[in-house]
Amino acid sequence: MTDITNILIVGVGGQGTILASRVLAGAVQMTGQDVKVSEIHGMAQRGGSVVTQVRYGKEVASPIIPEGEADIILAFEKLEALRWLPYLKKDGSILINDQRIDPMPVVVGAAQYPSDVLDIIKKERKEVFIINGLEKAVEAGNAKAVNVVLLGLLARCLKIDKQTWLDVIRETVPSKLLEVNLKAFEEGWNSFDR
Amino acid sequence: MKKLLTGNEAIARGAWEAGVVVCTAYPGTPSTEITENAAKYDEMYAEWSPNEKVALEVGLGAAIAGGRALVSMKHVGVNVAADPLFTLSYTGVNGGLVLVSADDPGMHSSQNEQDNRHFGRAAKIPVLEPANSQEAKDFTKLAFDISEMFDTPVMLRTTTRVAHSQSLVELADREEKGIKEYQKNPSKYVMIPANARHRHVVVEDRLIKLKNYAESTDLNRVEWNDTKIGVITSGVTYQYVKEILPEVSILKLGMTFPLPQKMIMDFADKVDQLYIVEELEPFIEEYVRSWGLDVHGKDTFPLIGELLPETIAAKMVQTLGDCSPRETAEPDQLQYEVPPRPPVLCPGCPHRGLFYVLNKLKVTVAGDIGCYTLGCLAPLKAIDTTICMGASIGTAIGMEKARGKDFARSLVAVIGDSTFIHSGITALVDVVYNKATTTTIILDNRITAMTGHQHNPTTGFTVKGEPTKEIDLVLLAKAVGVERVRVVDPFELEGLEKIVGEELAAEEPSVIITQRNCALIDKSRNNPYSVSPGACTGCLRCLKLGCPCIAKEGKKVRINLAQCVGCGLCATVCPSEAMRKEGSAND
Repeated sequence: MTDITNILIVGVGGQGTILASRVLAGAVQMTGQDVKVSEIHGMAQRGGSVVTQVRYGKEVASPIIPEGEADIILAFEKLEALRWLPYLKKDGSILINDQRIDPMPVVVGAAQYPSDVLDIIKKERKEVFIINGLEKAVEAGNAKAVNVVLLGLLARCLKIDKQTWLDVIRETVPSKLLEVNLKAFEEGWNSFDR
Repeated sequence: MKKLLTGNEAIARGAWEAGVVVCTAYPGTPSTEITENAAKYDEMYAEWSPNEKVALEVGLGAAIAGGRALVSMKHVGVNVAADPLFTLSYTGVNGGLVLVSADDPGMHSSQNEQDNRHFGRAAKIPVLEPANSQEAKDFTKLAFDISEMFDTPVMLRTTTRVAHSQSLVELADREEKGIKEYQKNPSKYVMIPANARHRHVVVEDRLIKLKNYAESTDLNRVEWNDTKIGVITSGVTYQYVKEILPEVSILKLGMTFPLPQKMIMDFADKVDQLYIVEELEPFIEEYVRSWGLDVHGKDTFPLIGELLPETIAAKMVQTLGDCSPRETAEPDQLQYEVPPRPPVLCPGCPHRGLFYVLNKLKVTVAGDIGCYTLGCLAPLKAIDTTICMGASIGTAIGMEKARGKDFARSLVAVIGDSTFIHSGITALVDVVYNKATTTTIILDNRITAMTGHQHNPTTGFTVKGEPTKEIDLVLLAKAVGVERVRVVDPFELEGLEKIVGEELAAEEPSVIITQRNCALIDKSRNNPYSVSPGACTGCLRCLKLGCPCIAKEGKKVRINLAQCVGCGLCATVCPSEAMRKEGSAND
């Protein structure tokens, strides 16, 4: 099963992780590989920790990724990147949107948001890429397109050609938002620079 | 053509391909999307029923009349539907009937962790367990055939990981089954004791036939490999075993009730060590032990929670050094604390205003199932109990009867619009009939929100999006016999507090309907609010709202502009008028 690519997409409910995983799974399917996606969403639609697991390769059995076996983590929020870090392979890559969203226990003072999240992650893993997704999305024309900026960044790390991604985005995104999302994808794609 | 589908989408597709004509359900994670997708097919009637009992009753009516029917619910929904289910097992069907029970190991979104294979056994109906989306579709179709072949309802049991995982599915065309002939047959369908006694004999006879079927069906199959270890498993757990223990022999059970005893004994005979890997209860294990076989089951694997691939590998290695599971990663032992991120009421959620007031009044709150259950969390902390769908009003009655009318002066029941229709109405009848003085607050956000915005009898639309008559909650409460009925906007905090106070004081039943659209369906976008640093005194009263957009910054607060929907509740509670609407003249 070593030919399986494991990708974890993590974030906060409402950030658009599900759409990103749909596009990723669609692009993989177009390459003719087997793919499984598993997503868990909790009680409310906003604010909770959300995670989607995408696995693809010649043949995939389990829909979920064992701890320590993700090749890539795409994190929409810093704290979620840290929360799911144990799922990342020792030599895996983590792509992080440099955004802080305080969980409710932090808001009410029952817990602390670690001030050095990115430093901890950098100490634990070598392949860490940080992007200001919000800024890039605003440049593309809509702050809400952060998810597609991040998708563009992820796309750059995978062996799927660019046209496939663009085709799937065209199929997935509503037409009135298409232009902004294509721009957002480019912003992410072009940010790849380690 | 292969399409990437969730287990739930695949079940809906399977029903369509199987020629199903009626699909019913009450929404419940992880089953909801079955009916949402079934509703997209024109050939099938679909409905959100008021509760699971009604859903099954509509389904069995359709089946007895000769049409194929699919009834879907989450595991706890089957508790509600159990009454008709156990008797439907006696009457049997005519057109096929499949009951989907979507269980939730790990309680990702549920109040308990029950294993509904027990229901299959108790009701004496066959249970099928698909392991991925392709099987979800195939087993659905086969379940209808089994249902008609053996004249029985069939349970298709999924779990969250099957229901919500996507995998590739080969699609097929619909086979029109039409409607079977219906013949009046009271001895089969009228379960007066004299008839039911005969039918119980039929049920037991049917079970014997089903046991024989279980031995020969392709639903159960052996995958031979090294015979040192044999694993019996079912559902998604099969996928975990297959991946993590590539060298063992596997008996994959697609049908877990009744079990194929001979097949299992033969398998056990041919392997040196027998393991049963199943999530939650030792359902298969107890049978196998009762046949005198020596197995490892719950002595090795956990009884509680989701069973994960890495747990299976680790436990096998502990028990048996040489089982050679595929190499798994060493878990990280990172030394840092990550604060939890529990779900919260959305920005702009209309329930926030009510819970703020209830918290302020320090009343006891009997709660119910819905997004609003989150009102139990800090900082709102406004809910005392949550048991099951529709339990809040009855709980409040009981508290009052036990502790007296004075206690009821600081006690409310809260219940959502959909939950009230589901099974709150009957308890409200009890309030009136048995002279309780309970104050019931119906949190009417005009939708079934928690499961993802399904329509219900209060919204004016069906699952297919067709306009329909909308239930008037005020008239309904009055018809039940409640004379004090008030409607209020939960964001008008002053008026709300006053009304809650008045109704609590009244020594008679009252209903308060807090009415405002769910924040996620209210498309009227307001400008976000921001904090004027000069005006903010750092009193932090706004933090008591539990709004995810407001966070402490130094000694004062800031608002996350990207998330704020401009509901203005923070401005209402701020004593120093520091919350300003973006772009307004105040700036």
